Amino acid sequence: MPNESSHPVSPPTVGVPPTCLQLFSGFFGIGMCGFGGVLPWARRMVVDQRAWLSAAEFTDMLALCQFLPGPNIVNMTMALGSRFRGPAGALSAFLGLMTAPFIIIILLGMVYGRYAEVPAVRHAFAGLAAAASGLIITMAIKISAPLRGNWLGIGIAVLAFAAIAVARVPMLPTLLILVPLAILLVWKFEDRFRR
Amino acid sequence: MSPVVSDSGSLALIMAQLSFLAIGGINATLPEMQRQVVDVHHWMSAEQFASLYALAQAAPGPNMLVTTLVGWQVAGVAGAFAATIGICGPSCVLSYFVAAIWFRFRHATWRRVLQQALTPVTCGLVFAAAAFLAQATTHNVGTALVMLASTIVLLLTKVHPLVVLGVAAALGAGGLVS
Repeated sequence: MPNESSHPVSPPTVGVPPTCLQLFSGFFGIGMCGFGGVLPWARRMVVDQRAWLSAAEFTDMLALCQFLPGPNIVNMTMALGSRFRGPAGALSAFLGLMTAPFIIIILLGMVYGRYAEVPAVRHAFAGLAAAASGLIITMAIKISAPLRGNWLGIGIAVLAFAAIAVARVPMLPTLLILVPLAILLVWKFEDRFRR
Repeated sequence: MSPVVSDSGSLALIMAQLSFLAIGGINATLPEMQRQVVDVHHWMSAEQFASLYALAQAAPGPNMLVTTLVGWQVAGVAGAFAATIGICGPSCVLSYFVAAIWFRFRHATWRRVLQQALTPVTCGLVFAAAAFLAQATTHNVGTALVMLASTIVLLLTKVHPLVVLGVAAALGAGGLVS
């Protein structure tokens, strides 16, 4: 169980605090193997392989990184890097995560740009893109599973979907209205609507 | 100002805004990203945007690389850097400072309410992203079947997503989809 010793400014309860170079190399590995979401790989590296955090500490940190806006794994480079080595640690972890994928994606973009007009490549991309939308439909269904039976949550999700996908309202006004509304509804009615 | 500089500047600003709006991760922002780069700035078509998303999914690394690829497509290497820094910068600064005080609020009521309110919003946004991408990628019966089959396989089996993407690409290259 997490306790006082899991406070972020105190040393971790397990393992030895990593150096900047170790933060770089650890996240470099995650950047190279992660695909379609890198968080499971992050857990393997941070908890199982290098023991920088205990499982409970990792879960806490993950909750934070998913709670904050922005790319979750990038948030984790900040939270984890700064915890051990301050700004230099955060930067090391960030650069470790991003360097290789950044270069690879640009190389892929160059290849795509060069051969996009070749019929076989264009057709391959038609198939690839259709499967990729299957991937995100799957993701939408999976992350919505916890809403089962929570009618208030389902109502909020349907509102968000309708605003963006049906009414085509831009995201900023949608969230400026919907987030306070959702908070208010959950605050007032959560007991009544939950299972 | 050269187009590369002004496009990179616009990209950085768009992505910086999305960085704050990306609740539950980058997928939630895909509809808005598409709206900005396709409808507002006319940098590419919806089909191209969907292809870049697919390419980013098939590459190693975090999901947010779709942003890097969009930046690259719009304004080359400068655009790739501008878009990447834009999408990471604001949320990184926020994470850096919030991480230090996070544990103090771990059990606070407002945090639980906020999380319970944000989760369904994220679900709705990711469904919207799925709807946009499905619309942009299914031009005919073949692509619609690939989308449906991928969804079913990914939901019901433990087949690795990369395998599904590879099979779909091979079907397409073989001329069986379009």
